[in-house]
Amino acid sequence: MQIILDQFKATVAKAYAQKTPLRIGGGGTKHFYGNAVPQTHVLLDTRPYHGIVAYEPTELVITARAGTQLADVQALLDRHGQMLAFEPPFFGESATLGGCIAAGLSGPRRAAAGAVRDFVLGVRLLSGKAEDLSFGGQVMKNVAGYDVSRLMAGAMGTLGLLLEISLKVLPKPPVELTLRMAMDQASAIEAMNRWAGRPLPISATCFTDGMLTIRLSGAESAVEAAHAKLGGEELDDGAAFWQSIREQTHDFFQSPQPLWRLAVKSVYAPMSLPGNALIEWQGGLRWLSCDDPEAVERIRKSAKEAGGHATLFRRNGLAAAAFHPLDDGMMRIHRALKEKFDPAGILNPGRLYPEF
Amino acid sequence: MSVHKLVNRLRAFLPVEAVLYEPEDLRPYECDGLSAYRQMPLVVALPRTEEQIVSILKLCYETQTPVVARGAGTGLSGGALPHAQGVLLSLGKMKQIIAIDPLARTARVQPGVRNLAISEAAKPYGLYYAPDPSSQIACSIGGNVAENSGGVHCLKYGLTVHNIMKLRVLTIAGALLEIGGESLDSAGFDLLALMTGSEGMLGIVTEVTVKLIPIPEKAQLVMAAFDDVQKAGNAVANVIGAGIIPAGMEMMDKITIHAVEEFLHAGYDLNAEAILLCESDGAAEEVADEIARIHAIMQQSGAINISTSQTEAERLSFWAGRKAAFPAAGRVSPDYYCMDGTIPRKHLADVLQGIEHLSRQYGLRCMNVFHAGDGNLHPLILYDANQPGELEKTEEFGGKILEMCIRAGGTITGEHGVGMEKINQMCTQFGTGELEMFHAVKAAFDPQGLLNPGKAVPTLHRCAELGAMHVHRGEEKFADLPRF
Repeated sequence: MQIILDQFKATVAKAYAQKTPLRIGGGGTKHFYGNAVPQTHVLLDTRPYHGIVAYEPTELVITARAGTQLADVQALLDRHGQMLAFEPPFFGESATLGGCIAAGLSGPRRAAAGAVRDFVLGVRLLSGKAEDLSFGGQVMKNVAGYDVSRLMAGAMGTLGLLLEISLKVLPKPPVELTLRMAMDQASAIEAMNRWAGRPLPISATCFTDGMLTIRLSGAESAVEAAHAKLGGEELDDGAAFWQSIREQTHDFFQSPQPLWRLAVKSVYAPMSLPGNALIEWQGGLRWLSCDDPEAVERIRKSAKEAGGHATLFRRNGLAAAAFHPLDDGMMRIHRALKEKFDPAGILNPGRLYPEF
Repeated sequence: MSVHKLVNRLRAFLPVEAVLYEPEDLRPYECDGLSAYRQMPLVVALPRTEEQIVSILKLCYETQTPVVARGAGTGLSGGALPHAQGVLLSLGKMKQIIAIDPLARTARVQPGVRNLAISEAAKPYGLYYAPDPSSQIACSIGGNVAENSGGVHCLKYGLTVHNIMKLRVLTIAGALLEIGGESLDSAGFDLLALMTGSEGMLGIVTEVTVKLIPIPEKAQLVMAAFDDVQKAGNAVANVIGAGIIPAGMEMMDKITIHAVEEFLHAGYDLNAEAILLCESDGAAEEVADEIARIHAIMQQSGAINISTSQTEAERLSFWAGRKAAFPAAGRVSPDYYCMDGTIPRKHLADVLQGIEHLSRQYGLRCMNVFHAGDGNLHPLILYDANQPGELEKTEEFGGKILEMCIRAGGTITGEHGVGMEKINQMCTQFGTGELEMFHAVKAAFDPQGLLNPGKAVPTLHRCAELGAMHVHRGEEKFADLPRF
């Protein structure tokens, strides 16, 4: 692996010296996400730097190289009855761990268990000057130095080339049960929030087409007791349903229209926007399938009013910026940080924001 | 800038009682919870509104005056130690709970609100704020954000960084940043994570939106005594290996058990080398299951004595001893110094043995309390500040413990922060490149270095003078763990 690491360093060092931008790529499963970068930028393929570095189930920590297949990480954890609790979407079999962290996307369990960034304990990375740096560590609690590791989650590779990542892992719940009940959207939003405020083992929620689906996870006794309290009809293949939501293979996501991702305050009323909606995360995540090119500003404005932000998740032909614009103060801080981590602006420039 | 000029300019927008400069008024602010470090500030400012803080910061920015933020002053690493030429910005008057949204399960609070006050205010809705540092009756949420505070329940419920949603932050120039959001994520870099635990070095937090979670239906505790520390350590690994994430998992060593038992008579087994407290919470059915499994695991792990709390009063009495560890230390010794390292749990027995060896070498007693679930060790070094040289000896002993934590693959601070206290050990934990990057991150927010100068990140010059050896990525961390 040292040879590959040396190659990476040489590639980044050269790009830094010549100020020639790099495109960081792994399995290529999330190319659609974020702003497009020119194909003329030199590709740095992370996959050769792969493998599990350390895993001790009783320490609840796994450390793996960024090019490791996400499926391999998941399979190893699965054999030990553990999981990545943020339930990351793969969007394809070749997804890598590095891409999962860089994209910062979490799946159905997010509202109950936490996001990618919540589980990042440490990273090793190459800065835009090819410096080999390590932040955080392999322990649960660590406040030495600024939390640079979590900053990498969702940074789309613009702050560093991820080399190794340490993650907190959790035991898989012994039992999962999926329930379904018919409801209108407003009632579903209210119910998801009300239940989230009670000590119930709800690990995922999804509303679409007048139907609320919820997943219970935990000890058998707790799941049974919650089922009795909540009622609803048991769904036979619950696991397949949640996978179709996580991987966006569910019918809702098959629309050829642009797909918007709105992260909003969970209790916010049904949004009066054109298009069809699917709701997750106890009301906090709203997918919107909408082909009206005139609606871009309206969608952004509504998401902001709802306490959050809108991402153009799948462009499907719509020419607009992927991420919600930042105000001047925040943009200044973003550019200042980018300048520190990547002074020559060579790491995935433009992928997150056109300004850097 | 002279004191008088500064006081006059501050009084232009602050009431008379909000600007302190007489030595007797400054005295209460000369140290935080780490009283070994003391420094009088030039001036103390006590704003009540965000607008007043903006004015203070603009003035300090214009006049290049250092600013040190302070919450309740309970910090244990000297992070709120004043600057001799600076303004000590006390946020203690900003203690309003602005709003609680029970359905959205959030609370918007000012930075001076006490940690426990949030849970008390949320209680009528069946909700609470999860992180519970041991100082929770006094410590403020702003300080919790600055230190990324944990507590005894954080293996299951997370640290401050996992339990906050949004911050209003003022930069040193007085510009407002809204970081995070009412949604579960926000656009751009995760600045919420970067701000959490940044020890007042990047900005001043003026408002925090925290997450509230449902109060568990039931909590129950298993107390297990072991005749060997290694067995107790194995028991912790066995519980986690069985797929259980306990709500709390605390360990006390023999000297701690004796100190608290003499003080409280909590019924701890005095023959034990270590006591484990393992708590389960959740739905009643789930707790019953989990407690039975934990009991069985403790038995299989060789516990010599196991009790399970049968009532809430009994659960609290089991906890009382652990919670009284610090006052008990104060009772058996004139002074004590609380350390805060984190290690991979599997190295617990070795590290405890190493501490015992150091304890003999320095002739100072050391009690060990341990957040065993997440590997966070709190050695309490007992000393007498009135004995010449004893504090210095204690600090050296403490420094050795932290370096041992790094060699074991851990960190010099799990939850207390670096502050002034552990600044030298930062040179051991991080290399030049990482330290330079930390300075660069600070410069992105505070180019002139006016916020809490000299804390948290050592200058490269300091590290060079110390001649500290950076343990490079812990490459030999397991091989060269000291064996005494």
